Amino acid sequence: MRTKDIATALIVAILAASFLMTAVDLEFGSPKNTGMDDYMIQNGQEMAAVNNIVTGVVFDFRGFDTLGEATVLFTAVLAISMMFRKRKEEDEDYDYE
Amino acid sequence: MSKIVRATANIMLPFILVFGFYIVIHGHLTPGGGFQGGAVIATGIVLMFAANRYSDIKSRFTSSALKNTETLGLLLFIIMALAAIIAGSTFFYNWLANGGFIFGDSVTYGSNPGFLNTAGTIPIMNIAVGIEVLGAMGLIILYMLSGISREDA
Repeated sequence: MRTKDIATALIVAILAASFLMTAVDLEFGSPKNTGMDDYMIQNGQEMAAVNNIVTGVVFDFRGFDTLGEATVLFTAVLAISMMFRKRKEEDEDYDYE
Repeated sequence: MSKIVRATANIMLPFILVFGFYIVIHGHLTPGGGFQGGAVIATGIVLMFAANRYSDIKSRFTSSALKNTETLGLLLFIIMALAAIIAGSTFFYNWLANGGFIFGDSVTYGSNPGFLNTAGTIPIMNIAVGIEVLGAMGLIILYMLSGISREDA
């Protein structure tokens, strides 16, 4: 039993070390692909007529993303309203508000 | 809560609301926007819930009013996205930017102080998201508060 535990720990340690070394060795963001960044920095301010380019990207260039966020919030409120609905005493039939 | 907390909350509430609306309106100029400003406004609502007794505040913030607020915000957001199609462009196109109408002033490349009357549909969408977030946050707090118990709420 004890040898089995030690073997498991060794295998996990070796696996973690190998994954970690691979992740450290990998170069992040290589090769560089900055076409989109340069385009946004050069043209985003004039195209969306907005000084805050982050807002320009969130609400204009990636409006679908914000629509999804708003829908997620709506769905969260829907789920919470279902969790906290009123229920009758000692009755399995729920009273939907 | 005690009378001191209630009085402090009543004094603080207008400032919190003004700060929240400021963040929502200036979403295209400052780091901020509809979501953050709506959360600040919802904090004011939560302060009223926390300072007052639930039975006293229940009639002022009804769940149906907050529900309508949230739905109105989401509908306004989708309508602003669909209005671009009616204006003859694609979905979510910023058809008001550089147009000269409301929020239609153009911005030149480079650093400038920033003007409120720019950015086209973005401020309107910020306001829509702010309305939706304040309704949603207030509704979540209201449901959780009304679901705790009847005696000590």
